[in-house]
Amino acid sequence: MKPIEIDKIQDILNRFVDKDVYIHLETTNGAYASHINDKAYNVGAYIRNAKVRFNQAKIIKDGKIYRAGLKMEIGWIYAEGLSDWEIFENEKLLLAGHDRQGRLMVSLQLSETPFNY
Amino acid sequence: MEEHVVVIYPHPDDESFGAAGTMTEFRKQGVPVTYLCGTLGEMGRNMGSPIFANRETLPEIRKKELIEACNVLDVELKLLGYRDKTIEYEDINEVASHLKKILEDIKPSLVITHYPDHAVHPDHNALGAAAIEAVRLMDTDKRPKVWAQAITNNHVEMLGNPDIINDITEYFDIKMKAILSHSSQASGIIGQFRKDQDDVDEVAKARFSTEQFYTWNFEK
Ligand SMILES: [Zn+2]
Repeated sequence: MKPIEIDKIQDILNRFVDKDVYIHLETTNGAYASHINDKAYNVGAYIRNAKVRFNQAKIIKDGKIYRAGLKMEIGWIYAEGLSDWEIFENEKLLLAGHDRQGRLMVSLQLSETPFNY
Repeated sequence: MEEHVVVIYPHPDDESFGAAGTMTEFRKQGVPVTYLCGTLGEMGRNMGSPIFANRETLPEIRKKELIEACNVLDVELKLLGYRDKTIEYEDINEVASHLKKILEDIKPSLVITHYPDHAVHPDHNALGAAAIEAVRLMDTDKRPKVWAQAITNNHVEMLGNPDIINDITEYFDIKMKAILSHSSQASGIIGQFRKDQDDVDEVAKARFSTEQFYTWNFEK
């Protein structure tokens, strides 16, 4: 993946507006957080291949990281801490945030076809 | 001597961290070893350092790394096809009968798996429980022995000392080579040893000097 280029990403997000889109949305601090540090908590959530439709999409820069918000008819999709991007299989937009060791902390991925499951 | 050893863990790299030395010892004795790997670690968060994987490419990358590690360890590999982080939501009876079929086919004399509820990761606990259930369902005269591996910080306190303590210092190099085959994962995990010690090799050697297991008691 490479560092986010905000104009490019905004363009790509716009292409998904008003279409049926499959999303992968995830955040994690790993399965071993509380094993390594007993004061830490294991926290994580993901949804894969939820089919959604949004009518507005925006990516915003805040210092070194980015946030993305997708406005649906009756709700929102939101991700914070994004730093890297890639187009996968010509059509899937992958956005992710990583820590200093290269570990994934958050990801938001959009595609017009389902992700592998 | 064992006739055939089957190792059942959920993730690519569990075999190298958990039982590489033990498997190598069996292979040196000429005992066939098969690794049944539950998932491809699809939801792992280590993407390599520097990053070379993403959420979508990770499964194929980890599969290649796993094949490489199994070549280093000279063990046969079978993929079970479950998905990372979801095994505890599968029907344990279905997973157990899936495993039982494979075990009845291979007819191992020993099964190595995780100790349920003492293996930290939910997939470890769930697949360990299913593996033990699979063996329990077998006819008593055909049952292999089970060595269960506990990795919680307090397992000795909770379970007492493991009865199987394999000194694997002789196989340290091969264990490290197997671990490092998992290049997307190893840097992150080996990096944890680096926290307060410079000499990673020394820390790893101390940490990887033995592999320990509890012989499962089906009578209890
Ligand atoms: Zn594991």
